[in-house]
Amino acid sequence: MAPMTRYVLKRLVLLPALLFLFSVAVFAIVQAPPGDFLTTYVATLASSGSSISAEQVEALRREYGLDRPIWVQYLKWMENLAKGNLGLSLEYQRPNAELIGERLVLTMVLALLSFVFTWVVAIPAGIYSAMHPRSAIDYALTLVNYVGVATPNFMLALVLMWGAFAYLDMSVTGLFSPDFVEAPWSVARVVDLLKHVWLPAVVLGVAGTARLTRVMRANLLDELNKPYVTTARAKGLSEWRLVVRYPARLALNPLVSTIGWYLPALFSGSLIVATVMNLPNIGPLLLRALINQDMYLAGSILLIYCFLTIVGTLISDILLAWLDPRIRFEEGMR
Amino acid sequence: MSVLAPAVPVTAEERVSVASSWRLIWWRFRKHRLALASAVVLITLYVVVLCPDFFSTQDPEATDARLAFIPIQRLHVFDGLHPSPWVPDVAGKRNLTTLRMEWRVDETRRIPVRFFVTGYSYRLLGLVPTRIHLLGAAAADGRARLYLLGTDRLGRDQWSRLVHGTRTSMTIGLTAVTFSVVLGVLLGGISGYCGGPADAVIQRLIELLQSLPTIPIWLALTAALPRDWSPQQVFFAITVILSLVGWTTLGREVRGRFLALREEDFVLAAELAGASQGRIIIRHMVPTFLSHIIATSTLAIPAMIINETSLSFLGLGIRPPAISWGVLLQEAQNIQTVALAPWLLVPGAVVILSVLAFNLVGDGLRDAADPYSQ
Amino acid sequence: MTTPVLRVNDLRVHFFLDEGLVRAVDGVSFEVHPGQVVGIVGESGCGKSVTMKAILQIVEPPGRIVGGQILFQKDSGAAIDLTRLSPKGAELRAIRGAEIALIPQEPMAAFSPVHSVGEQIIEALTLHERQWRPRGPRLSRAEARSMTVDLFRSVGISMPAERIDAYSWQLSGGLRQRAMIAMALSCRPRILIADEPTTAVDVTTQAQILNLLRDLQRQHGTAIVFITHDLGVIAQMARYVVVMYLGRVMEQGAVEEIFHAPKHPYTRALLKSIPSMNVPPRTLLPTIAGSIPHPLGRPRGCPFHPRCPDAIPGVCAERVPALRPIGSTQLASCFLYNRDEASEP
Repeated sequence: MAPMTRYVLKRLVLLPALLFLFSVAVFAIVQAPPGDFLTTYVATLASSGSSISAEQVEALRREYGLDRPIWVQYLKWMENLAKGNLGLSLEYQRPNAELIGERLVLTMVLALLSFVFTWVVAIPAGIYSAMHPRSAIDYALTLVNYVGVATPNFMLALVLMWGAFAYLDMSVTGLFSPDFVEAPWSVARVVDLLKHVWLPAVVLGVAGTARLTRVMRANLLDELNKPYVTTARAKGLSEWRLVVRYPARLALNPLVSTIGWYLPALFSGSLIVATVMNLPNIGPLLLRALINQDMYLAGSILLIYCFLTIVGTLISDILLAWLDPRIRFEEGMR
Repeated sequence: MSVLAPAVPVTAEERVSVASSWRLIWWRFRKHRLALASAVVLITLYVVVLCPDFFSTQDPEATDARLAFIPIQRLHVFDGLHPSPWVPDVAGKRNLTTLRMEWRVDETRRIPVRFFVTGYSYRLLGLVPTRIHLLGAAAADGRARLYLLGTDRLGRDQWSRLVHGTRTSMTIGLTAVTFSVVLGVLLGGISGYCGGPADAVIQRLIELLQSLPTIPIWLALTAALPRDWSPQQVFFAITVILSLVGWTTLGREVRGRFLALREEDFVLAAELAGASQGRIIIRHMVPTFLSHIIATSTLAIPAMIINETSLSFLGLGIRPPAISWGVLLQEAQNIQTVALAPWLLVPGAVVILSVLAFNLVGDGLRDAADPYSQ
Repeated sequence: MTTPVLRVNDLRVHFFLDEGLVRAVDGVSFEVHPGQVVGIVGESGCGKSVTMKAILQIVEPPGRIVGGQILFQKDSGAAIDLTRLSPKGAELRAIRGAEIALIPQEPMAAFSPVHSVGEQIIEALTLHERQWRPRGPRLSRAEARSMTVDLFRSVGISMPAERIDAYSWQLSGGLRQRAMIAMALSCRPRILIADEPTTAVDVTTQAQILNLLRDLQRQHGTAIVFITHDLGVIAQMARYVVVMYLGRVMEQGAVEEIFHAPKHPYTRALLKSIPSMNVPPRTLLPTIAGSIPHPLGRPRGCPFHPRCPDAIPGVCAERVPALRPIGSTQLASCFLYNRDEASEP
């Protein structure tokens, strides 16, 4: 495992460099729109009929440091980040860390649940399809998969919400019952969360599940034709045990490498579902921050997304090497 | 297993051995019934893209609050036994407590539907001024109109809006993928053919772009687009933003192909024959994977369509007054509204249909182009 | 004469393809006696590998056994017809690996690349534990390991204790094939099916592997069904030969008889096409006229008749000759030796 450890260490060392690059890019993007938060703020005030004097605006601009050159603003943000301080939200007038904190946890819970759903459903479905190709169930699964891949997840969310509202007179939005929205964390609140989170998790995972089932089916069909399967069968293994132990294991390996982009894609993808289903996620927060040019909040959230993406990739690399000895040894040869 | 060697009947064998590779691909593609049917769907959609106004029944921008939320008028093809299409008339009455218009379908009053009727004026293909539309209500009193897919909250005809949205969404998918292909083939080709520092730089760039969280970055980028840009500018910008990440996958693939091809004997043979580098690339290397690129690109279009639709749905993509499927679905954001007017979800069905068709065609093309892959 | 341990009787395996029906094995019969080495020889595509897969009932779909019997004689009791057993059932699985073991064609691909070779052998040992050791304590992990090390030593693998933890792709071709033999022998099978075990290795290794198989065969008295397209290998290894062409047995008999007095025109042509040291230099090597027909375009009548120099007009193209005895041990399916059958209406 030594070469593997070295590889992981190398990636870990590169992580801050990558994050630095991304922080510059992110800051450039959130800075890009003409005007700043106060321009938007004044416009919002104006549209609601109230107004604010030019002096007051200037005072605020000085207070927030928005009058400084861009690179100074960036350094200030970085300095705070280095101290573990995500800065202050201009709009909410609260520390960003406080705003993001619980929402980040909920984002990760949702993504992870969705991920578990995907794998728990897709892998057995893919194995079954490959073991019974051209059977009725195989055709049915293929059909579901094609439609699943083709449905944007916000569309699925809309249809479910509409169905629940129109026919069951139910609201499936949010992650908590009204009583628990503002309540402090408790066992009851966790139970309430679990009661609500599964539906968004499924909605978020459907497209990925469909894709994974198809890939698993194709991979396994390929593997089932390999000579080592004949060997194992000639050995006297039962069909089920044989498939799970040999070809399924090999068919899974390339899928593990997809975790690297799938998990981050779930983090990012939850943004849309969360907005539609009104989930207390970092997604809707980011959307609002972007529209209102609340740049430190938007920047921090974007950077968190970047961080999660990089970590997701790293995890999948490690998993892949752990699963496939061929890769483990190859790394050593480099 | 040698027994299972490609078993083509002897007569076909000779035909196959002299066919060009494109002809072979077409023969194999033809066997996928679903892919073929999907290709027809896509061609139909692109015909609509060419001249949406011709297929519209009304001006997509015309608003009339009094005509809000008219339900879908079911199109009847037969009037009795005669093939004479008609739709039932709708009559609206304002509910005095909710202040909403309530529409009642009146099957007894039939509005005849005619082909090639005169409607609002437009330019066919942007050139020929005309007033002819494919379908229209041949109404006696001029009041009765055709609402094939109902109207939205501003009383705009959804069918006509959908037709116009189709133009934007289908075009954006195609353009974004074209950009991606150009970038991917160019950079991937340089990376794979030249190698060395160029390869290293491009590979790092790809890795960097691929470790970006796409959706949030897209959102941030589209949010950064100036509010006063024209719909054309926004369209162009969105296309560029979508292909910014899209090219990386293709770039990697092209690079891999070039790396493998550099070692091939036929490339060496061409070099020995004195062919120029450009000629080797264009005449000898690219054709070997061109069909593969086409298949991969076809499979990339649906993702672009879904992305555009999602961004516009969130209000950060294509902006009104421009119309795209995502913009249309924005009308369905409020569940109470959807419960009142479920037909607002129809554009979503069209999204699913087109994405499905692209995927099926792409899969068919991939199988046809590369019979050895699954 | 002993009772045969395996008797294949008019075996038919067909592949149901979209393009049509392929009769990969079309009426094959032969016997294997305990401790005997039977060579099955034929060009590629003649159905020899499919016959072997059929014995273990591991023919992949769309292939299916459509007729015939495969009678396997256990220690005691009546012979069992393997074709009557369910391919996925426990009864047949108890025979695979434990009673009839397979040495597959490509040792490279025949081991799973993500499991160590030792692990794959230990799996076979534990799986059939009750068959090779009906009584006694359950097999412990340590015991299975040490047995595997012993097996590796017995097939001539140096440093066996280290090698069992290797992955197949870390071993050389020869070592891989030895490991495969070790796995096949692990449960002390009655019959060993070796499917071209030496095609994938170089000539020196080939000789070593053949010697090893011969030694092991003598030691354990295992019957071996040896499949190859190499007549030289058959001459070295087998006592009895079955010559196959297009899914049918052309001729079979003791190796001396077949090599010195081949009866069937196909066998004769096959033997003539072996390069020989006794021929003057620059002599053209005789080849068999024509080429193997397409699997879907099998000729009517005797499958060899279009390429046969001695084909009887109006007979060989019409009817299929049966396998008939023509010597002490020799059988051939050819009308040349069955004039009576040939002249029947």
